[in-house]
Amino acid sequence: MRTPIFKVMKSGLQTTVQDLGRYGFREFGVSPSGAMDSYSLQMGNLLVGNDLGEAALEAPFIGPVLMALHDVSIAICGGNLTPKINGQEVPLWKSIVIKKGQILSFGELKEGVRTYISIAGGIDVPFVLNSKSTYITGKFGGFEGRALKEGDILFGNPFTRRNRFLQTQLIPKYTNKLTVRVIVGPHTRKFTTAGLKTFLNEEYSITSQSNRMGHQLTGPKIEHSSTADIISDAIPLGGIQVPASGQPIILMAEHQTTGGYSRIGTVISVDIPLLAQAQPGTKVRFKEISLQNAQDLLIDSRNRLKSLYRLTR
Amino acid sequence: MSIEIVPLGDSAISISFDNEINESTHHQINHFSQNLRRLKIDGVIECVPTYTSITIFYDPIKIRYSQLEKMVYSLMELAVNSIPLNPIVYRIPVYYGGKTGPDLPIVAAYHNISEQEVISIHSNKEYLVHMIGFVPGFPYLGGLNKIISTPRLEKPRAKIAAGSVGIGGDQTGIYPAEVPSGWRIIGITPLTLFDIENVKPSLLSAGNYVTFFPVGYEEFLAIKERSELKKYEVMTYKKGEQIT
Repeated sequence: MRTPIFKVMKSGLQTTVQDLGRYGFREFGVSPSGAMDSYSLQMGNLLVGNDLGEAALEAPFIGPVLMALHDVSIAICGGNLTPKINGQEVPLWKSIVIKKGQILSFGELKEGVRTYISIAGGIDVPFVLNSKSTYITGKFGGFEGRALKEGDILFGNPFTRRNRFLQTQLIPKYTNKLTVRVIVGPHTRKFTTAGLKTFLNEEYSITSQSNRMGHQLTGPKIEHSSTADIISDAIPLGGIQVPASGQPIILMAEHQTTGGYSRIGTVISVDIPLLAQAQPGTKVRFKEISLQNAQDLLIDSRNRLKSLYRLTR
Repeated sequence: MSIEIVPLGDSAISISFDNEINESTHHQINHFSQNLRRLKIDGVIECVPTYTSITIFYDPIKIRYSQLEKMVYSLMELAVNSIPLNPIVYRIPVYYGGKTGPDLPIVAAYHNISEQEVISIHSNKEYLVHMIGFVPGFPYLGGLNKIISTPRLEKPRAKIAAGSVGIGGDQTGIYPAEVPSGWRIIGITPLTLFDIENVKPSLLSAGNYVTFFPVGYEEFLAIKERSELKKYEVMTYKKGEQIT
């Protein structure tokens, strides 16, 4: 039953509907998009009793103000934007019930960047090319292909459930110093030995030129062996482009599908969520890891999520 | 030519066939991708053919890198002798010049030829779709006649209309959506290149061809109207077959 669940009183900076992304259309230039921090999205869904891949609201820096139009369980995970119900602070990483007429709002950004609002019963927006994710540059998916605006009404299939919380070891800590693991390549030959060394040994800083498409970093110049350009090829999530400036760009959820800058490495999948929560100014170091280890880590994390999910059923 | 197979992070593998753009490399990639798709390997999510390489995105829970790499090697052997691909040529109507093709006179002047000559050179060619990328439905076309290749604008335009047809250096292409562009815009097509309401959202795909034909303003408007109502069928023919 399609029921109105929230009315948007204030939009926030860029509140969008996101699920785990849109696959199968990269060859037609369609970015996978999806939640920047897929860990928080899935944890939120777990807490409210949804399928892991259900869509939630993603809100960076400044959260929205929402009025509940129905009693519903919600969970707020990810960045701490000081969530409040009727002005009273409420905890993150916990399912809570918001009652019809109550107001969910956010305050100061304390930790992380993006908060995820998972709603029991999910968000009823159409699947566009198999996904509910908003593709901002493509102007489709999610809520009418755009970020939420004042006056929008979100629909769903709301229900309430007994409150649930997470064990503390499952709650990530966001810091202003981050080491992310990378698989080096594929355009290794485009860099000098010194350039590669700089990349793996120096510290970089996330700039404010960072969004859903990518994080622009600044730091010691990574030296190319010749030109910075390549014949355009396909880009993976976490790919690290280095244009002629020698300053790396990490490609995030809404990255372009193809690109013409040489790439020095790829951030491994399990480290993307932490990077998604890294504020501008965060210091980043890159550490090389083997493909085997990276895949083991990814498989472990997915298996842990799955067994948690089974426990809650 | 050396084939190179490398991981792209923990969930993708890239197979590079060559280090320069040409049609024969493209055909090799195309064969490879057809064979790969036919195999329907469990764990393969999607593949993206590009100029000189193909990237396979996969789920390492279902298939590990080493297993996929083995399959790629055996596919490479198949790729050489496989069935013909029968590419399709899409006939794209273009209204050249006017307000929606503001750079046509500039391209003509740059090469010291008439606007009509630019149109006839541009439309008298089958362009290979090497890949789709940049934005949904944008084709990277190969085969522009060097006679009309023109440097990009020094200052890109902040926005060009959806459907704009342009020349950027040695390349030509069609912009499916309103985007910034530094290309010389010589015309506009009334067709929609990317439509999420279609089962196959992108009109074009890598491996097929595009040819342009000039239409007048009235016809442009008429096709546009029909196209928006989904009542215009794009004209196509099989590559190699003569059209009348």
